[in-house]
Amino acid sequence: MKKQHIALALLLAGASGASHAAEEIRYLLWDAAQKPAYQACAAAFEQANPDLKVKVVQKGWGDYWTELTTGFIAGTAPDVFTNHLSRYPEFVANGQLLDLAPLIARDKLATNVYYPGLYEAWSRGDQQYGLPKDWDTIALVYNKAMLKDAGVTPEELRELNWNPRDGGSFGTMIARLSRDEAGHDGLSPDFDPKKVKVRGFQTSGAGGMSGQTEWSHFAVSNGFRYYDGPWSKHFNYADPKLAETLTWLADLSKKGYSAPLSDVSKLGASALFAAGKVAMVPDGAWMVGWYKDNARFEVGYTLLPAGPQGRATMFNGLADSIWSGSKHKEAAWKWVRFLGSSDCQSIVARSGVVFPAIRDLTETTLEARRAKGIDASAFVEMTQAKTFLPPIADRASQINTVVLSAIENVLLGKAEAQPALSAANAKVNEIAAK
Amino acid sequence: MNDKLQARERRAGPIPWQAALPRPGKDTLVAWGMVLPALIGFAIFYAYPLLQAVRTSFTDWNLLSAPGWVGWSNYVELWQDDKFWHALKITAYYVLLNIPLQTALGLFLAAAMDRLLRSVALRAVVLFPYLLSNVLVAMIWLWQLDPTLGWVNHALDAVGLSSHAYFSDPDESLLTIAGVNIWRHMGLVALLFLAGMQSIPRDLYEAAAIDGASEWQMFRRITLPLLRPVMVFVLVTSVTGSLQIFDTVAVATAGGPAESTRVLVYYIYENAFSYYRMGYASALSVVLCLIMVLYTFVQMRLLNANQSDLA
Repeated sequence: MKKQHIALALLLAGASGASHAAEEIRYLLWDAAQKPAYQACAAAFEQANPDLKVKVVQKGWGDYWTELTTGFIAGTAPDVFTNHLSRYPEFVANGQLLDLAPLIARDKLATNVYYPGLYEAWSRGDQQYGLPKDWDTIALVYNKAMLKDAGVTPEELRELNWNPRDGGSFGTMIARLSRDEAGHDGLSPDFDPKKVKVRGFQTSGAGGMSGQTEWSHFAVSNGFRYYDGPWSKHFNYADPKLAETLTWLADLSKKGYSAPLSDVSKLGASALFAAGKVAMVPDGAWMVGWYKDNARFEVGYTLLPAGPQGRATMFNGLADSIWSGSKHKEAAWKWVRFLGSSDCQSIVARSGVVFPAIRDLTETTLEARRAKGIDASAFVEMTQAKTFLPPIADRASQINTVVLSAIENVLLGKAEAQPALSAANAKVNEIAAK
Repeated sequence: MNDKLQARERRAGPIPWQAALPRPGKDTLVAWGMVLPALIGFAIFYAYPLLQAVRTSFTDWNLLSAPGWVGWSNYVELWQDDKFWHALKITAYYVLLNIPLQTALGLFLAAAMDRLLRSVALRAVVLFPYLLSNVLVAMIWLWQLDPTLGWVNHALDAVGLSSHAYFSDPDESLLTIAGVNIWRHMGLVALLFLAGMQSIPRDLYEAAAIDGASEWQMFRRITLPLLRPVMVFVLVTSVTGSLQIFDTVAVATAGGPAESTRVLVYYIYENAFSYYRMGYASALSVVLCLIMVLYTFVQMRLLNANQSDLA
């Protein structure tokens, strides 16, 4: 009998020991291009913490948020996941995110290593809902050969200005780079807007409530502000400065300098650009790898034009958050701390896929990109412009639907900008006030 | 005409099974036994979720926090919600774009297959689009009708016609979705009609032919009236199916552009899974369910679905 007991005890001890050794943290992210870098981080983390395992799972942006929400309900959500500024308020409101502030204070973590503004974007009051992992800005992407053919120098392109009335020197540049099928450029009186071969400029679509790559840089450089500040319940989409910006964009399609929104909304401007049908598009820092792989010509990156209030770009940053329902909170925190450390972020920097949140690693990222033949310094230079965060608000998805539909109507030429935006803004403020 | 005469005689005389009716016992038990499996499935997968949905519609459940009772407020909000009325309007337009043409084409195809071309291979081909999944169908058409890359616009360009944006133009999007679903369902409707047509006694057509009736007259006077029960079945299933249009919208347009395809079920989906408003989404679902029940009831009544002129 006694022997049996001992055997049983040993067996139990062994079993519990084995399960302890394999404490697994599940980590979810949406960008497939970044998975290898974070897989490498996980390997380094497991080596330093032999009792922990990290399972990196990738789900595309389209299913990502549904997957997370259903996971919260079913109790199967990942312990740690990549989070977005436009989405986290909803999760905070429903108590799904772990407040990291007490852990940061306990471990005396230095939070001033990140780009200014990144850490604060994930705070609400004294609470902290994410640790910054990367940042991105918007720059102007251009087809080098097309600009050379038109006799435009890179220096000339850097110095453009823009205004919503006549487009400024940027507007002239767009016309100059447009070509119809007969070979006339957009400045020629013979230019046929119905038969255009190359569009001078293309924006991707309506962009919803933030207009990240679509219209935000123009509107903000024209003096537009989304709202009074993060978590504000008062929005300014009725501002004439936004209306005139969108009117200018809609007119580009009417003049043939841009494709109609209905032609690009499915594929996006980047696909038209890669197909050689567009000379310039605004796009985010995370896209440089895509352009490298998909454009069969040399692609350049330069500063966005300066508007009436100077140059502006959205400065967006992702962070890693811990699910409040996680059964491995301490281990999850260890992993998040590692993700936010220079140990992991320098691995990410060397992969050259995105700019890590830690300021000192920017040069490493640029070098990694230079080694692949990409000069991405324009994105870093854009951080010196007037930067702004995407709008952070409760009920963002409902607000987004309203704004998206109004801007689609304007860009499709189905509605006048000012009345459409005024009506949308009234609805937005009604939703926000609830 | 023989069948019809016999039928009349039968109706006049005593109906044999009526005498056996008041005898509940073994037969009833067997009958219930046979219905039971279906009944269990119905209770678990339809009745219970339906009751749950009705209950949820009186709460403010957001999936993530515990639900709180809010009484009729979801229904009051719904009544005042112009997005709901817009979605209802779009759904009604969709049914009107979808059903008449789909039914007419199905009827035409069935008549052609019944009277002119009795080929099994042809029937299989006609049914083929229906065998593809909704999502696949939407994807196929999304690519074919792409404004810049699709072959349809290239073909139109080549013959000098103007190209279209289809799913991406608010004026064309709903029509395009209706067209895609007509393409997908036409064959099934045709097959149902064909089955109905083949139960119509051939001697009626022979007699009509002897009297010198044209093909069109036979269709009008014989086929169409005797097809009534099948017609009711087709209309009830296709109209309720059409009121529930979702997949094509979700894949091809996501309710856009500019809300031109935000049909009721898509609006329900958005409320439930984008806005996390499960209570409100349930209230919308209950209203849609009531609309469909009402429609089915009226349709059955109007066309006397329970009786056939052949019986």
